[in-house]
Amino acid sequence: MLKLTASVGSLGALAAAGLLKSTPATAAVWNKAGFESKALGEALKALGASGAAESRDIVITAPDIAENGAVVPIEVVSRIPNTQSISILAEKNPFPLAATLEFANGAEPYAYVRIKMGQTSNLRVVVQAGGKFFTAAKEVKITIGGCG
Amino acid sequence: MAEPMKIRAILKGDVADIRVLVAHPMETGQRKDASGAIVPTHFIQSMTVTHNGNTVYEGQWSQAISRNPVFAVRVKGAKVGDKVVVTWTDNKNDKRTDEATVAAG
Repeated sequence: MLKLTASVGSLGALAAAGLLKSTPATAAVWNKAGFESKALGEALKALGASGAAESRDIVITAPDIAENGAVVPIEVVSRIPNTQSISILAEKNPFPLAATLEFANGAEPYAYVRIKMGQTSNLRVVVQAGGKFFTAAKEVKITIGGCG
Repeated sequence: MAEPMKIRAILKGDVADIRVLVAHPMETGQRKDASGAIVPTHFIQSMTVTHNGNTVYEGQWSQAISRNPVFAVRVKGAKVGDKVVVTWTDNKNDKRTDEATVAAG
């Protein structure tokens, strides 16, 4: 019979018996270098995605023309097997990297967010799948910029 | 304490479509207030969603995410009654956690 005391040894025994629910050791560390990059190339490098291959299996749904650059809705579906993450960049924003989303435990490689875009620009999506990087882009024309 | 998030988790087949509306200013640090002073950055950096205790979505967000964010996650293999927990942390180290249950579509 297991004695439930608060010592590390007991926790080890519980873990070994499979009685502790497994959770990720640490949450993803905020990619400061990526989010503070002021140019697309720099941001891609911070993602490790400089050599990303163009892919037609990344489906980006976003308006061709967005009246309000403060709220641009973007939906991304990755059809690439073993998708681990989706990153969204607005190439001409002061800081291009808008978000990096990681998926696990049954989450589909699907993203919906709303972002600010300062001016007409390519929306660039980077997918990490099976340890490799893939990319696709779609231009969004902005009538009124939304960063300031 | 920040305003609660609105979470809708609807089952479509065996996929839970989870939509969340978050109350947060998401300040870029580029806006000026009425007196002409820059409003400092104030934005969610980390957004996490768990499904029945397992992390399904870990979002690293920037100040480019719109004010009062709306976002979505889809989780395969979900059932009615499953527990969804959403947690954010911002760059001032404020946090907020809300939960919902997967409902029939």
